[in-house]
Amino acid sequence: MDTFEPVIVAFCCHYCAYTAADMAGTMRYSYPPNVYIIRVPCSGKVDALHIMKAFQKGADGVYVAGCLEGDCHFKTGNIKAAHMVAYLKGLLDEIGIGAERLEMFTMSAGMGERFARIATDFTERIRKLGPNPAKAGSDKTDKVAVG
Amino acid sequence: MITAERKPLDEIIDYIKPFSRILLVGCNECVTVCAAGGRKEVGLLSSALQMAFMKEGKVLDVKELTLERQCDPEYVEELVPLIDQVDAVVSMACGCGVQEVAKRFKEKPVFPAVNTKFMGASERQGVWAERCQGCGDCVLGMTGGICPVARCSKRLLNGPCGGSSNGKCEINPEVDCAWQLIWDRLKSLGIEKTYEEIVPAKDWRTSRDGGPRKIIREDLA
Repeated sequence: MDTFEPVIVAFCCHYCAYTAADMAGTMRYSYPPNVYIIRVPCSGKVDALHIMKAFQKGADGVYVAGCLEGDCHFKTGNIKAAHMVAYLKGLLDEIGIGAERLEMFTMSAGMGERFARIATDFTERIRKLGPNPAKAGSDKTDKVAVG
Repeated sequence: MITAERKPLDEIIDYIKPFSRILLVGCNECVTVCAAGGRKEVGLLSSALQMAFMKEGKVLDVKELTLERQCDPEYVEELVPLIDQVDAVVSMACGCGVQEVAKRFKEKPVFPAVNTKFMGASERQGVWAERCQGCGDCVLGMTGGICPVARCSKRLLNGPCGGSSNGKCEINPEVDCAWQLIWDRLKSLGIEKTYEEIVPAKDWRTSRDGGPRKIIREDLA
């Protein structure tokens, strides 16, 4: 467990969080390399299936980062994303993966420090939770297959 | 449309626990519109079930297919090439679709993944409400296009009961009194006189009370 390095997938809106990540770099704020950023044209463009597939393929945590409320480039994409994330949290709880492995954050393009802090805090949260139970289960399967 | 809601995952998992290869079948009609069993929901459920199995150290092989319509035998036929590759079928269609698949593939267990609810309409994005009970003898012509059979909690046909208060039904303050809606509509149409007509006891034999129903169109059959 000590050596567990979580894999975090962050779906970042091009107009805010992705630029905020860039800003974090420019401002020399570091954030954990565990966070794999996927740039999307709007947080509302993130499909529930993208998130489920991320977990299925071994992500330990996933977050969607969109614009501050009222600032969405496409009016309400971030609100829709928040609703979708809330729905998926329920589904993740139902299958025993855990709602706390998924989160929605909002920020503006200038919030480099907030981006770095969220990336760090979320990585630590997932590190404490341990590996994605589905991944742990599939490791078990591999062992059974080898044994 | 026929509306439905996904069953709790535990129930679906209980059905398929003994199997390792399933065919998850969606339907492109009503359940797609009410976001219960279309292609997208098939993808989500497939992913969720696979993860639930992985968590237990098991592998679930899921084949996904969404048919144009599951309640028509010619579309169900599209499952033929896949059926031998699976141990069981899970259908995300309404009860009609599940039964068509079960009828076609008698040797395979077929399980429902949704609870079929009612015939309804979209009130707004993500909200569906009951509008028709398929009573088999439509009264909408007398009631200003608002159905007292589906929308009045007591299915009254001659005005509201004493539970109508401020336009709401006594069962729930969120539920409109159908007869209030009917009266308002008749008034706005200037045909309040229709309300005075006494409707005799309804013949429920055309509804479910007459047993399972069938329509035969001789010219098409």
